[in-house]
Amino acid sequence: MTTKARKINLKVPFVTRLEGEGALELTTKGNDIDKLHLKIFEPPRLFESFLQGKSYKDVPDLSARICGICPMAYQLTSIQAMETLFGVQLPEHIIRLRRLMNLGEWLQSHALHIHFLAAPDIYGFDSALQMAGEYPEFLQRGMLIQEAGNSLMTLLGGRSVHPVGLQVGGFTKLPNAEKWLHCLTLVEHALPAAKQLVKWSSELELPDYSHDFLCVSLKGEKAFPINSGDIQISNGLVITPAQYPEHFKEHQTRHSTAFYSLLDGHDYLVGPLARMNNSFHLLHEDVKQVAKEYGLKFPNQNMHTSIQARALECFSALHESLGILQQGLPEGEANVAYDIKAGECHFCTEAPRGLIYHYYDLDDEGKVLKCSIIPPTSQNQARIEKDLHFSVKQFGLDKSDKELKYFCERIIRNYDPCISCSTHFLDFKRIQK
Amino acid sequence: MSKAKSKVTVAIHKLTSCSGCQLAFLNQGKALLSLLEIVEFKHFIEAGVYEPDAKVDLAFIEGSVSTPEDLKRLQEVRNNAKLLVSIGACATSGGVQALRNLADGDVWKRGVYPHPEFIATLDTSTPVAEHVKIDFELWGCPITVQQIRHFVQQLTLGTLPQPEMEKLCMECKRQQNVCVVVTRQAPCLGPVTRTGCGALCPEFGKACYGCFGASEQPNARSLANRFSGLGLVSEEVAQRFAAIHSHEPAFKAQVEHWQGLSVREIE
Ligand code: SF4
Ligand code: SF4
Repeated sequence: MTTKARKINLKVPFVTRLEGEGALELTTKGNDIDKLHLKIFEPPRLFESFLQGKSYKDVPDLSARICGICPMAYQLTSIQAMETLFGVQLPEHIIRLRRLMNLGEWLQSHALHIHFLAAPDIYGFDSALQMAGEYPEFLQRGMLIQEAGNSLMTLLGGRSVHPVGLQVGGFTKLPNAEKWLHCLTLVEHALPAAKQLVKWSSELELPDYSHDFLCVSLKGEKAFPINSGDIQISNGLVITPAQYPEHFKEHQTRHSTAFYSLLDGHDYLVGPLARMNNSFHLLHEDVKQVAKEYGLKFPNQNMHTSIQARALECFSALHESLGILQQGLPEGEANVAYDIKAGECHFCTEAPRGLIYHYYDLDDEGKVLKCSIIPPTSQNQARIEKDLHFSVKQFGLDKSDKELKYFCERIIRNYDPCISCSTHFLDFKRIQK
Repeated sequence: MSKAKSKVTVAIHKLTSCSGCQLAFLNQGKALLSLLEIVEFKHFIEAGVYEPDAKVDLAFIEGSVSTPEDLKRLQEVRNNAKLLVSIGACATSGGVQALRNLADGDVWKRGVYPHPEFIATLDTSTPVAEHVKIDFELWGCPITVQQIRHFVQQLTLGTLPQPEMEKLCMECKRQQNVCVVVTRQAPCLGPVTRTGCGALCPEFGKACYGCFGASEQPNARSLANRFSGLGLVSEEVAQRFAAIHSHEPAFKAQVEHWQGLSVREIE
């Protein structure tokens, strides 16, 4: 008996912001996995270096450019880090408006993921563009939700990609009544569509490869957490953002330009499923009711339910946005005054794809001496590899290359590691020794 | 299916970037569905279409050249496209990551990566037009849905649009915004920045930071002097120009000039 070793070279041509290009390398020996590497080639853009020496005021506009799909998360995390350092106390209406804008970012990102990236799998197409002919209503529903999200970001930031309205102390300007009403209309229209989306997601036949993993998300007090709070881990640990570096360590490997982040030596999950698992009880009663009606159950350890978590977050985000918009346009100052202070600050928010951590060390003029930015994808990278390891073995290494390839793609897509990760692997080489 | 044959074939490629400009295609809402009636995407990774080597009528390229791989791919894209259009600050001027051009890139790489030897990058981030011939440029960080629509419309009429190079100030005046330089002494780059965003920042009461790049005939030195008159120290004046388009010649000249002054002031 000879042990057969086959080398499967799966190349993912995903090319975006932090995540660049990737490939999956899977080498098997007999019935065992010899090597499994998710390679990520990100053209390094060296943000942490060029932010040094910049004024704290310029940081949000620059850090936004890390990612075109969740620019606000980068802006707001840096702004809120600095606000904790300067001791800024925000009035309630500004906190509310920021939350509204955040919900908008979740909406547009999730709608894009579900309709453009995940759905072609489910309907058996190569891409959403090919679906346009046969399933126009499905795509239109996605666009309705995406548009509602974009409109909320535009309301408060002027545009949905690299918005301009956020600043330390609040906003540069509060929105006007006309645009407020426009958003209200869009959100009202999108809400039933999102309910349909939850229903749709509940009817999918999802594979189940449940296994244990840690979920990391912000800890909410009264509401589903989005842009403030401590960090909670599903093993019971709760830490402050300032304690993040004690527990989470990043390292670099030869096969990837994205960092691997580990929590006390373990891989962990961030993102919609982690949030649902840790905070489902904090959702609004109406949202929980919809989840119940369609039989969605959280917490669970099946990564394939991520699409349901995203759909439910869409419904929840629209439901909450509607509530905020119906309260009417807030009156009051667009921002509050503050004094610059020197020192270190840490902050975390929930980007659509999961927890973001920012750290800054500022001098007494507010210039950046040092900083560190940890995006969701480097946090999920180790988890994706672990998941593949586990699930591929369960699935069976005796499957054909084509089946394996498709299977791995779907697993990676659950993490929405970056928009283009969801594309299909290209080269499929099989080397048999 | 004979009708499909007459569609314009399009590829959207990406080099070093944040992917924000490509979103101008996917953020069109229902207009995307009508766009699909006249164009056929051959390669568009964000939308899940992959055929990087396809020959196309029109290729859009996002992102700057910052790795050896970028350069190689750019040349292939050029060879495969009849018309090549660069989209966004990254592609037209090197983007925010071109800030590395002002510093010693290697030092920076070592600052971010404990093992810089694993990372293949060039020391600079440069616009695509420094490497291949470009047929048209759409400036902006990000470009807008309107820019794309206008471009495609013109193309269907068989012509390229006129490049929009007017100063942001003009647009701002037309919208009857209150000037932030006059009323708030804010160091606004509007007088030297290209129009196209809808004068967003002034509308939001904020100084323009130049994300659409330099306008036609930018009198950047004179504006920089004005900033200095407003009380900005040399280092701060340099920083105004060292943001999204630091590699663009008119802006770069100001960065270098005021940085030089700042160094002398310190000495
Ligand atoms: S120009 Fe700006 S928005 Fe466009 S890809 Fe580059 S960083 Fe992103
Ligand atoms: S005003 Fe200037 S910085 Fe603001 S969006 Fe327009 S071009 Fe960009």
